Amino acid sequence: MNRLLACWDSTLGKKAVMGATGLLMIAWVVLHVAGNLQAFRGAAAFNGYSGLLHGPLHEALILMRLVLLGCLLLHVTASLQLARRNRLARPEPYARTEPQAATMASRTIRLGGWVLLTFVVLHLLHLTTGQIHPDFVEADAYHNLVVGLAQPLAAAGYLVAMVSIGLHVYHGAWSSWRSLGLAQGSSRPLERPLAAALAVLVWLGFSLIPVAVLLGWLE
Amino acid sequence: MNLTLYVWRQASAASAGRLSRYEAADLSPDMSFLELLDVVNERLTRQGEAPIAFDHDCREGICGSCGLMINGVAHGPLKATATCQLHLRSFRDGATIYIEPWRARAFPVLRDLVVDRTAFDRIIAAGGFVGVSTGSAPDANSLPVPKTDADLAMDAAQCIGCGACVAACPNASAMLFTAAKVGHLALLPQGQPERMRRALGMVQQMDAEGFGGCTWHGECMEACPKEISIDWIARLYRDYIRASATRPERVAVEVAL
Repeated sequence: MNRLLACWDSTLGKKAVMGATGLLMIAWVVLHVAGNLQAFRGAAAFNGYSGLLHGPLHEALILMRLVLLGCLLLHVTASLQLARRNRLARPEPYARTEPQAATMASRTIRLGGWVLLTFVVLHLLHLTTGQIHPDFVEADAYHNLVVGLAQPLAAAGYLVAMVSIGLHVYHGAWSSWRSLGLAQGSSRPLERPLAAALAVLVWLGFSLIPVAVLLGWLE
Repeated sequence: MNLTLYVWRQASAASAGRLSRYEAADLSPDMSFLELLDVVNERLTRQGEAPIAFDHDCREGICGSCGLMINGVAHGPLKATATCQLHLRSFRDGATIYIEPWRARAFPVLRDLVVDRTAFDRIIAAGGFVGVSTGSAPDANSLPVPKTDADLAMDAAQCIGCGACVAACPNASAMLFTAAKVGHLALLPQGQPERMRRALGMVQQMDAEGFGGCTWHGECMEACPKEISIDWIARLYRDYIRASATRPERVAVEVAL
């Protein structure tokens, strides 16, 4: 127990926790994309999928939500604590810095984290509980989706958040693997074809829905 | 050639510092970067001003003493090169160059461009060594080491401890240094008895010194004059996680027996 606490106390331990929780959340996000794309099969199929989750798979859904909440809490706690340590580690900034390897994704990952956290809260209030939805109908997920995303402001918010999640996955999927010590040696360690493919898949997969609603493909 | 320099001047650890402007004229493009500072210092000394303090020793790129933040890049624009092996031909005539010390809480500025890097020594003292039998020298090659392991270990053992990884890291993290020092010993049979304790001890010391954490920007690898790969950091995570999940004392005893 002491060893685990000491591990959590270290910068490496916290980062490994961020990596493990991050990968779990990415795995879930891929399932979420697959689920969303059921909308293209029509209202009946999409509501059938939603009914499956809320009916026969209800207990699994609750368990999954608990696991996700736990992941999110650990991920955010570790990131806030690490960000504080990192800030303190360089009290006096350089007059000039010229990044040589850092990507846009790596440098905006904290900002992106805040964007995603805000998005998750709004998204749940919008399409899961319906408090900020204009016409929320319980058990009609397809209606909620199409009506909710028909508002240009909401759709724009989703599209911005999906850029954030794409960037987060681009850096996170790659770095999580490394923070868990799973990466094997490579002659070009900064390259990440898998993470890039995953990021594009998630970004495009999610963004397709609001775009399709705005273009009238889904109604 | 002529250069305009903005150099960080700070009289002591306790005093405040600032960037001072110096014009350096009639320079040879074949001068090393440290020779540029030597020339400026000769003029400052003649004028009765305090010369710019900077660390240097071998000037052959192998000791790790020198290290300057040059125009926002650790060790300057040339890849895989320590400051002493950088020459003025890497700059345009008439260029403006900002010269700053490594900046990290764990590397306090002592004077001008000289920082205290003893934090690295304390990380090494926390486990970056192997126990050996004293007495007569062992027979050569009495411990077989696979060639691939020996080569790989050498990649990390090249670390000269200059601190460029810390300087370049947006988080002032010492992960690349610690990873190289843990990693090369972890690959060799001589490094096995203390392997788990080493990973735990050196990481603990690294954190205690106030270095930041790794966020995988990759800046350290680009700055490293010995081109040590961030793959070593992944290896450090592997050893550290394994050590945290096992009983390091018992592992050490078992291997020693």
